[in-house]
Amino acid sequence: MPYLAKIKVTLRQSILDVQGKAVEHALTNLGYDSVESARIGKYIEVTINEADREQAERVGNEICQKLLSNPVMENYSLELEKVN
Amino acid sequence: MAEISVGVVVFPGSNCDHDTEYALASIEGIRPVMLWHNEHDLQGAKAILLPGGFSYGDYLRAGAIARFSPIMKEVIEFANRGFPVLGICNGFQVLLESGLLEGALSRNRGMKFLCRQTTIRPVNCSTIFTSLYRDDEVLSIPIAHGEGNYFAPPDVLKSLIDNGQIAFQYTDENGRANDEANPNGSLLNIAGIINRQGNVLGLMPHPERASSSLLGSDDGRRMFESLYMHLAAR
Repeated sequence: MPYLAKIKVTLRQSILDVQGKAVEHALTNLGYDSVESARIGKYIEVTINEADREQAERVGNEICQKLLSNPVMENYSLELEKVN
Repeated sequence: MAEISVGVVVFPGSNCDHDTEYALASIEGIRPVMLWHNEHDLQGAKAILLPGGFSYGDYLRAGAIARFSPIMKEVIEFANRGFPVLGICNGFQVLLESGLLEGALSRNRGMKFLCRQTTIRPVNCSTIFTSLYRDDEVLSIPIAHGEGNYFAPPDVLKSLIDNGQIAFQYTDENGRANDEANPNGSLLNIAGIINRQGNVLGLMPHPERASSSLLGSDDGRRMFESLYMHLAAR
């Protein structure tokens, strides 16, 4: 059964996000005084065909840890959706 | 005397592979061997160089996909058996992603891609890659990267210091590692580190682009000569 894994990879809070900072400055320059911060991450969609949700989740976590994120400087979150 | 083969791995997107080959070939006694990333044969190389460039377009993260190239299995085994592996710029990023070196490189703090001459100091001159340097000299070697901001958690940094694993630091012309001399925001001005065993070194500056006075500096040349001396004595 195919599952759609919606994966978000973000820089850890302790790492300076220079892209986010640039966007934050651009937004405040545009006059959005209420903007306090911006951080940029990656959004990745992976379709995983496994027998059940548990298996799909196992594969999803494995690929996040192995390739999609670098645990030294990034966190990830994983959301699974059944595809019909 | 027979020439010693040194392998240069070519990933799709490597762009300093031929500069590295040229620099190696200029060292008498070294024969560079180009190794395509899809191969599994290191062709008798006694040391491996991972060159600079944009392997796999730097997609996902710099070095993240190259780290799983077929040849990297052999390179990692080679390194774990104690043979010399040197990663330059993108090669350093690949070594960090592969876990052969600790830490990570993130976006330069100034957001810009930096391509310019830097001054660096060899901090540990007892390694097989730095034995011909003195730790009181300052080298002129260029950088060319967008993601060279070295980061490691405090415990890793501490062990790098305690074990003499900081190989190069960005410094001013007088050898002082201050913030003005830090081009990219690297912790402790780190420009290059070596593993605990002393056989795997990664650095962001490009020694191959400073391997002849015609290029403006030949300060990088001694890195390859140091490596040759080590290989010839083995």
